[in-house]
Amino acid sequence: MEDFRKQVGALSKALWAFLGLIVVLFAGLFYWANYTPPPTYEEIPMKETVTDFDQIENGVHVATGFVVDEGMEVTIQNCTGCHSAKLVTQNRMDLEGWKATIKWMQETQNLWDLGANETLILSYLSKNYAPKEQGRRQNLEDIDWYELK
Amino acid sequence: MNRREFTLGMSLAGMASILGVEIVYGGLMPEGYSPLGLQDPDPFKMFHKDKEMVVLNDRPWNMEAKAHLLNDRVTPNQYMFIRNNGNIPEGIDVSKWTLTIDGESVKNKKTYSLSELKSKFGHHTYQLALECGGNGRSEFNPPAKGNQWTVGAISCAEWTGVRLRDVLEDVGITSDAVYIGYHAADTHLSGDPKKEPISRGVPIAKALQDETLLAFAMNGEDIPLAHGHPLRLVCGGWPASTSGKWLTRISVRNKEHDGEKMGGSSYRVPCENVAPGSEVDDADMCIIESMPVKSLITSPKSGALIKNGKSLTINGHAWAGELEVSKMEYSIDFGSTWHTCSLEKPANRLAWQHFKTTISFPQKGYYEIWAKATDSHGKGQPMVLPGWNPKGYLNNACHRIAVKIV
Repeated sequence: MEDFRKQVGALSKALWAFLGLIVVLFAGLFYWANYTPPPTYEEIPMKETVTDFDQIENGVHVATGFVVDEGMEVTIQNCTGCHSAKLVTQNRMDLEGWKATIKWMQETQNLWDLGANETLILSYLSKNYAPKEQGRRQNLEDIDWYELK
Repeated sequence: MNRREFTLGMSLAGMASILGVEIVYGGLMPEGYSPLGLQDPDPFKMFHKDKEMVVLNDRPWNMEAKAHLLNDRVTPNQYMFIRNNGNIPEGIDVSKWTLTIDGESVKNKKTYSLSELKSKFGHHTYQLALECGGNGRSEFNPPAKGNQWTVGAISCAEWTGVRLRDVLEDVGITSDAVYIGYHAADTHLSGDPKKEPISRGVPIAKALQDETLLAFAMNGEDIPLAHGHPLRLVCGGWPASTSGKWLTRISVRNKEHDGEKMGGSSYRVPCENVAPGSEVDDADMCIIESMPVKSLITSPKSGALIKNGKSLTINGHAWAGELEVSKMEYSIDFGSTWHTCSLEKPANRLAWQHFKTTISFPQKGYYEIWAKATDSHGKGQPMVLPGWNPKGYLNNACHRIAVKIV
C-alpha cells in the first residue's frame, strides 16, 4: 500500500513535470514565433530615407533638387528649414549676392548664425548657382511645336 | 559623397535637424506635426489648380500660369497664380472671423464680424487685374532675387465684396489719414508667432476708390483658400501684394504704413533709373504704385505650326494698372512694322481688356508674334527689358510667341 502511494506520487510528479515542460515549450515556441526585435532608433528612418532622402539622379539630390557637390548637406540642413529648396535653386547669385541674402535672412527672417558652415554654404551656392549672362532679351526657347488645326 | 554617412546623419539627428527647425523654433512645432518639407502634398488637388500650372515654390506656395492657360475672359481659379509670403492659415472658422479697423487715424477702433460686413454694407462686383510686382522677374540680367516668375503671375477674376470706403466711413477716419496697412492670419515661415509674413497697404486715396474692395467672393463663390478665404483686400491695378489675403485687420495710418515688406527693397524700385547690377541704398528706393502697361497673347499657344496660306487669329488681354489701354498692336517682323488689333473696352475700371486680330503671313518660315499695348498716357511696352532694378519688378517687355509657317 505504501509502495502504491509512492508510485502514484512519483507518477503524478512526473506528469506535472511533463505538463510544465509542455507549457514552457509552447510558451517558448509562441514567443519565438511572434518575436520581432524592437526597432532601433536608427533603423526605421534608414529604410525610408535611403529611397527618399538619399536618392541621387544625374548629379541632383532628388528630394531637394540640389546639385550634388561639396557643401550640399550643410546647405540642406541650414537653408531648407523655413522655406523650400526651390527658393534657393531657382535663384542665381554671385558670392556677394548669396552672402547679402543670408545676412538679410539673419536680420529679418530669424535665420540662425551659420558659424563655420557659412563659408562652405557660400562656396557651394556661388559655384553651383552662379548667374549666367543672358543679355537684355533672350531667344524664345523650349518651344513645344504642335500642328494648329 | 558617402551615401551611408549622409543617410545616417539624416536619420540619427531626426527630421527636425534635416529641416533645421529644431535649432530655433522646435519648441513651437505642434506635437505630431510633420514638417511641410517632408510632406508630399499634391498642390494641384489641394488648391484645385490645372496640372499645367507651374510650381515655383512649395514652402511657401507659389505657382504661376502659362500664357495659353489665361485665355478666359475672367480668370477661373484653376488658372490663377498663387503668390504666398508665409504659411496659409489653418482651421479657419468663418463664423468667428472678424475684421478690426484701427490705427492712428480712426476716431474709434471698431470690429465687425464677417456677417456684419456682408449685411451692413452694399455689395459690389468688379473684374480686377491682379499682377504680382515680380511678374517677369526671370528675365532680368543680372538676375534678381526671389521667385523666378515668367509671364503667368497675372489674373483678372471677378471679385465681390463691400467697399473699403464704406467701412472706413462707418468707422470714422480723421483728416490726417495718409495710408492704410493690412494685417492677416497667415503665419511666418520661421514659425515665429510675433512675425508677420507680409503687411502692406496703399495710400488713402487708393483705399477710398470705388473698386477697392473687402472681398468675400471670387467668381461668384467663396474665395478659394489660397487666394485669401474668407476675406481679402483687393486693390486692382497695383502690385497684388497690396491685396492682402486672409484679412483680419486694417490700420488707418497717419504716415506711410511700415509693415512687413513695405520697406527696404521690397516692392520698391530705384527712384531714379540705375545701370543694371547697381547697388542701391534703401533710401533711394521708391514704393511701386500702379502697375505698368502690359499684354499677353493667350491664343494660340506658342509653338503653332501653320499651313502656308492659312491665316491665324490671335487673341489675348491687355492691362495698364490705374490707366486704360488705348491701343494694341502686333508685329511679325521683330518690331520693324506694327499693326493694330481690335481692342475692347474694359468691363469696368481696372479690369483687363481683350484684343483680337487675324494675321496673314507672307511666306514660310519662323516667326515671332510680338504684342505691344499702349496706355491712355501714351506709354507703350518696351521690346527689351525695361529699367533694371535690384528685385526684378515691373518687367513689362512685350510678350512674344513663336509660330512656324510650313
